[in-house]
Amino acid sequence: MNINLKKYLNEEVEAAPLAVFRIMFGLMMFLSIVRFWSYGWIDKLYVDPQFFFSYYGFEWIKPLGGYTYLLFALCGLSTIFVALGYKYRWAIGIFFLSFTYIELMDKTTYLNHYYFISALSFLMFFLPANAYFSLDALRNKSAQYQHVPAWTINSIKLLLATVYFYAGLAKLNSDWMLEALPLKIWLPAKFSIPLLGDLVHQEWLAYAFSWGGALYDLAIPFLLLYRRTRIVAFTLVIFFHVVTRILFPIGMFPYIMIVSALIFFDASLHIRILSVLNRLFRIGKKHFNNGKTWSHNSVVLKKLTQGILVLFFGLQLIFPFRYILYPGELFWTEEGYRFSWRVMLMEKSGYAQFKVVDGETGRWFYVDNTDFLTQFQEKQMAFQPDFILEYAHHLKQHYEGEGLRDIEIYVESQVALNGRLSKPFIDPKVDLTKQKDSFKHKSWILPFTDDIKGI
Amino acid sequence: MRHFLRLLTVLVMLWGCSSSDNGTTMSDDVDPGPPSESFERRPMLVSWADNIIIPGYEAFTDELDKLQSAFDDFKQDSNEANLVAFRTAWLNAYLMWQRVDMFEIGPAENVGLRLNVNIYPVDFEKVEQHVASGEYDLTLPSNRDTKGFPALDYLINGLGDSDADIVSKYNELASKDNYIAYVEAVLADMQQLSNTVLSDWKEGYRDTFVNNDGSSSTASVDRFVNDYIFYYEKFLRAGKMGIPLGVFSGTPIPENVEAYHKGDVSKQLFLEGLDAVQDFFNGRHFTSSTTGEGLASYLDALNALKGGEDLNRIINDQFDTARESVNGLGAFRTEIEDNTPPTTMLQAYDEVQRAVPLLKVDMVSAMSISIDFVDADGD
Repeated sequence: MNINLKKYLNEEVEAAPLAVFRIMFGLMMFLSIVRFWSYGWIDKLYVDPQFFFSYYGFEWIKPLGGYTYLLFALCGLSTIFVALGYKYRWAIGIFFLSFTYIELMDKTTYLNHYYFISALSFLMFFLPANAYFSLDALRNKSAQYQHVPAWTINSIKLLLATVYFYAGLAKLNSDWMLEALPLKIWLPAKFSIPLLGDLVHQEWLAYAFSWGGALYDLAIPFLLLYRRTRIVAFTLVIFFHVVTRILFPIGMFPYIMIVSALIFFDASLHIRILSVLNRLFRIGKKHFNNGKTWSHNSVVLKKLTQGILVLFFGLQLIFPFRYILYPGELFWTEEGYRFSWRVMLMEKSGYAQFKVVDGETGRWFYVDNTDFLTQFQEKQMAFQPDFILEYAHHLKQHYEGEGLRDIEIYVESQVALNGRLSKPFIDPKVDLTKQKDSFKHKSWILPFTDDIKGI
Repeated sequence: MRHFLRLLTVLVMLWGCSSSDNGTTMSDDVDPGPPSESFERRPMLVSWADNIIIPGYEAFTDELDKLQSAFDDFKQDSNEANLVAFRTAWLNAYLMWQRVDMFEIGPAENVGLRLNVNIYPVDFEKVEQHVASGEYDLTLPSNRDTKGFPALDYLINGLGDSDADIVSKYNELASKDNYIAYVEAVLADMQQLSNTVLSDWKEGYRDTFVNNDGSSSTASVDRFVNDYIFYYEKFLRAGKMGIPLGVFSGTPIPENVEAYHKGDVSKQLFLEGLDAVQDFFNGRHFTSSTTGEGLASYLDALNALKGGEDLNRIINDQFDTARESVNGLGAFRTEIEDNTPPTTMLQAYDEVQRAVPLLKVDMVSAMSISIDFVDADGD
């Protein structure tokens, strides 16, 4: 066991897979930023709205008005540097910071795959991804290494495996497995897609996709790790992600995952890929093949990196289970739902109407949410308790500015989850201005009257 | 390998025979599932366009023609009897408007029909200025609150306390030509816009609408359901009841009821709008008891697969409850003006409100319709 672990960590392996991963990652991120920009989403999501939902503890992170474009430009620029492997440590650091900042600006846009990119780029900061086939290495002979310790590549595999496996675990609940929900709701609306369009009304298809999806997520890390099943596994990766791309609007994520899965292949494939690039761009790859092995400059640095990465992976493995600490149904309260690879598990939507009461005069009125929120924000707000609370506090601030005193704010809300009839969501008798956000359980969420079994 | 292929062929043939044995047909293109499970959006769009929307606009333009001829009589002889007939024609057209108000998509959206024929309250001071000066351009967005049904409401019902007073305005030498000219301009504007909408539907848009039968956020069903719910929430619930009740401002604003100057028809107008919404939900053909494909049958078809709550019944029940409680009210204007707070009308409003989450959350969720047009990525 001990020997095995040592092998996974310290064995000297070819650096080519890491270099290919760095190049692909940089290019994919560049395309993502360009795509995001070209769709006008920077304006729509980060400049136009007048209010932004913050993550607890990150209230100080806000969009920068017109300068938000600069932030995206910086982020986009850093991806090119990452791909080229030029000033790599700086580039990946700036990418991680700017990308994460962007994601923290408004939690309305939270997506698991954005979190995945943040986590991955954090990890990449500690990897010598510029040791081979990079501008850094080309310009500085002493920074050229043909080999790297195995942990630098295996850590990426571990992160990918975690994402898949945890996404699989999250599917092991009665709604997904026994009722084929929410796919039973989503699939029939996809009647106009090619090939599958005529089948989406079939109940068995929803079950096949539900079970297939869960099985895929749970098994694919192992199938990719095991050499004899790797080709089949990669075919499955392509099939799975292409199907999800056809069915759902999930942007770049499928492509990123397909390309990332290449890391599981033997170095020979990556060496071939780099040879093609080498010929195309006449880089002179043989310079890099010097037989040297990369290692940390100092023992302190090595220990520090080890410590940080152990903490990082420890957190990755434990954090998704924090929901156990909260009472109530996870899908209903969403306490401990985010950052846990719970992907496409729910068809959930809500309606929230806020009542502002002037404590002095007893005068009351309802808020027109469109005065404060974009449609997208209103939609996301209406079924997530932390959004509802933050918005209520914002309303209080706003109406205090208009001269109202002793404001009380109540919400009448209905939420529908996975095809169940909508039910009252937040206690309408609780004055939200008196409630504070915290990591504690929100007692003012009304109980979920049904039961979803499983993880 | 050859053995394997032969075996495979035999297996496939066996499987093919066995599966058709228990069926009654050998045809390849038969739908293998129970028919109730699949629901075609296209026939629903066809029925909406041909049985509800276009007949609705036809009836509406007819009513506007009748309104025009009633006005022509009044113009010929501005007496009280002709005023009453003109008023009746106005109310009939206004009621018919409630039947087509929700179809603000395509042609109606292009010309902004709702914005141009039913922005209330009317700015009657501005109307008087227009009448006095004789200089106005009704096509200007800034003049939207000086025309349409609300302007006619003022010009037919609001110029004096009694019909005699009103008629006298149309007979005073100093003002009569200007008033007549203004009513004429308002009517012409309404007719021109409505005729454009109807002819656009008939010549081209109907096919565009029906052919866009996919399931993206820009597909006809998705867009139309969004517009339909938007109408219910903003114009029926808030516009006709909530805003005058003051539920968004804290103080009642009775002047904001629909047809304020007439004073006693806003409830009738609301109920017509509610009927129109419910009939549309049930796919009821225009002025007919026949029901065709619609949101109700769509929900039933989806439910056959999902086996959830009977949303069709729940939503219809809520519409009925809302109608019942609004029916029990007096005229909206008096309810609001005579009661502080207008408790019974607020309770009726709550029943109207209760349908909003059913439509906006439950129905939309069941149909997997995207409620907004932000095409941001999902997970």
